[in-house]
Amino acid sequence: MSLLRVEELSIEFGGVHAVEDLSFEIEAGAIHSIIGPNGAGKTTLFNLITGLYRASRGRILFEDREIGGQPPHLLARRGLSRTFQNPQIFFRMTAAENVMVGRHLHESQNVLAHLLRLPAVVRQNRETRLKAHELLDFVGLADYADRPAGAMPYGALKRLEVARALAVAPKMLLLDEPAAGCNPVETQEIDRLIQQIARTGVTVVLVEHDMHLVMNISSRILVLDSGRKLAEGTAGEVRANPAVIAAYLGAQGQRERVHAQG
Amino acid sequence: MSEFLQFSFSGITVGAVYAMVALGFTIIYNASDVINFAQGEFVMLGGMCTVFLAAAGIPMPLAALLAVIITAGVGAALNKLAIEQARDASVVNLIIITIGVSVFLRGIAQVIFDKQLHRLPAFSGEQPIMIGGAALLPQSLWVLGGAGLLVVTLYHFFRRTLIGKAILAVAQNRLAARLVGINIGMVMLSSFALSAAIGALAGILITPITLTSYDVGTMLALKGFAAAMLGGMGNPVGAVVGGLLLGIAEAMGAGYISSDYKDAVAFLIILAVLFFLPQGLLGARHRERV
Amino acid sequence: MSFVAGLLQPRTGGLVVLAAVIVALPFLLPNRYYFDVVILVGINALVVVGLNLLIGYAGQISLGHAGFFGLGAYASAVLPMRFDVPPLAALVIGTVGVGLLAFVIGRPILRLKGHYLAVATLGMGLLIFMLLNNERGLTGGPDGMAVQRMTILGYKLRGVLTWYWIVAGALFAGTWLALNLIDSPTGRALRALHDSEIAAQVNGIDVVRYKLTAFVVSAVFASLAGSLNAHYSGFMTPNAAGFLHSIELVTMVVLGGMGSTFGGIVGAAVLTALPQFLTVFQQYEHAALGLIIVVCMIFMRDGLLPTLQQSLRWRRP
Repeated sequence: MSLLRVEELSIEFGGVHAVEDLSFEIEAGAIHSIIGPNGAGKTTLFNLITGLYRASRGRILFEDREIGGQPPHLLARRGLSRTFQNPQIFFRMTAAENVMVGRHLHESQNVLAHLLRLPAVVRQNRETRLKAHELLDFVGLADYADRPAGAMPYGALKRLEVARALAVAPKMLLLDEPAAGCNPVETQEIDRLIQQIARTGVTVVLVEHDMHLVMNISSRILVLDSGRKLAEGTAGEVRANPAVIAAYLGAQGQRERVHAQG
Repeated sequence: MSEFLQFSFSGITVGAVYAMVALGFTIIYNASDVINFAQGEFVMLGGMCTVFLAAAGIPMPLAALLAVIITAGVGAALNKLAIEQARDASVVNLIIITIGVSVFLRGIAQVIFDKQLHRLPAFSGEQPIMIGGAALLPQSLWVLGGAGLLVVTLYHFFRRTLIGKAILAVAQNRLAARLVGINIGMVMLSSFALSAAIGALAGILITPITLTSYDVGTMLALKGFAAAMLGGMGNPVGAVVGGLLLGIAEAMGAGYISSDYKDAVAFLIILAVLFFLPQGLLGARHRERV
Repeated sequence: MSFVAGLLQPRTGGLVVLAAVIVALPFLLPNRYYFDVVILVGINALVVVGLNLLIGYAGQISLGHAGFFGLGAYASAVLPMRFDVPPLAALVIGTVGVGLLAFVIGRPILRLKGHYLAVATLGMGLLIFMLLNNERGLTGGPDGMAVQRMTILGYKLRGVLTWYWIVAGALFAGTWLALNLIDSPTGRALRALHDSEIAAQVNGIDVVRYKLTAFVVSAVFASLAGSLNAHYSGFMTPNAAGFLHSIELVTMVVLGGMGSTFGGIVGAAVLTALPQFLTVFQQYEHAALGLIIVVCMIFMRDGLLPTLQQSLRWRRP
């Protein structure tokens, strides 16, 4: 059963077809990657899936139910969670509070109870705070818990966003370039973290440029180019695909490869 | 019929003023993304300064010129002392700052001038011209003529002069403009001074008809903003079109429906535009990119 | 954390200080005039505590909140005088009515952002003012109208001391409610959408719903304060709903510190009391108001109280 199914998805911005006629499936469990040259439409695809953009054509189905056109906060309710290329952190809140926001869907939404500070609310605040600390621990940010997020280094912010996204307790986690701007050490940590997350049963979908990371941890890879699907398959299949190589390295690279392999 | 013509005349006249206020908004908005709520105060200053300078014995044309220069100076000061200091402020903060400036200018005007209504003598006489049973004030022609001349001048200013083109460049892409050596500070200063001068001119032209006092600024700013939004925020042609349409709508509303709620027309238009046509009649939509 | 800084921060510390001040003041105020000023401070502070939720926490803006104040005030004036509604019922009707109005207007208005939201709220406030000013038959027009004394169970509420306790009690209750809201999922949702609406949405927060919540709660606070003001002063004019009053309220929020509930109370105190005591400077009031706004927003962006807190924290070794 596919967790996410995309059918003939298209969107354009003033004549530019950012995503065109895209169809693919993602099965539950394991780690999937979406790669492609800059401008291939990867982040646009994420924005479409998470409800920030509305497609001009095509369908998006999550757990066999159509989600195209739904607002982002309802999609979070369905079990979709994501991080952003440029971390969208709540800078005025502490790290712990940031993660607590991720727990919002699991908390009571009764404004009256909040106004009156009923015992249930006090208890829930405590539980949420505990859970937030657990998640910060999980991503290795326990020390930053009560520090303002604005004071945290960039690499830590990326992990904070992951912790927050996990607080949603999603079925599917979309990570937009989690290793962008990270040095090799940080990238390895991200690598480990993603695998740990996948082990807890969350389906991870990542957009990434770092090929080592991608080839290392992905069970399936989707390659996009200019908004279209270029290739799809396991790491090995994609790596050997001539069209993929040509797209990344240009036709010259293709000739080099043929030449090198004799 | 003559009633309709009457309303149209007054509508177009006051609409021309709204158009000029809207143009002032547009210039500053394009150069700096700031909506200057103090725009209305420039109109007030133009009229009030002229009144008091003339009362002090200075011949009218000179008083008017001085008033424009003084107001332009105030605009430049607003830029230097307030806007520039708050460069990285959020939108909400900038709004509050320009409102603060507007209140400050009103407060100062209250003290320096007074709280009375004032008028200026009409430029070429008070005798109305009768057209189709409706009275057209000669001053209205001055207003319309002045506005028209302003639009033409601005057109040439922006297309032909170096400063004008620099302002346009900054409006299009601030960073790129800086990279080609355009002095952003200078451009901002000029935009504010120019907007203020335009506002002052509008004030001087309209005072013989509508009178002026220390507190006319707020309503004018609001209506100018409504006009700019109606035409499409950031679009100069839209500003003019919006201003004229707003003026006419207001006059018709006041004439045929209720004069008590004349001012409500502008707000209802704002609300209508905001909800149904946020990009205005001639404006362009933009999407937030993450 | 030093004792003083500690008191300024956590909610209980703040509430204790507030309670202490409220209890102590009647013994310290020399005469009726001072009581009058303090009551006015309390009324404004009540509005500001609510408005702070909208501006400081949710990061929205309202340049027309005096409109809600005015509606509450005039509900308490018009309903008893013209329709024989008992004053207490009128107060409840006014508060609930304004809450509903805010809910209805808020939905479309809060979809707007930045300047557009500011102007929409400004327009809303001015429309309310125009209504109150023009409908002479109902409201007495620009000359205002008298307000019946508030009676509870036949007992007429009058006298400076009585009203001091009523207003102080209302302020304390309002502050308590606001603080509760802030330390709850709703409060976190508001702060989140202030910092990044997109991130908030993606984490399951219905941004429109929460903006609306802050808007309605702040409108209700304003309306209640308006009603209290009407009964206390016995007379009401449309200026209570005017643009200048709206700006004063925003200035109090800004001065006290956006996002600081107790800061808002301090801001209200400063801005209400100062003009009262500097009557010689009364003609400079507008200019001073404008100047305060500008200076605060540029140099003390976080407001009086948070800036003070920060400098106290700095002193620690």
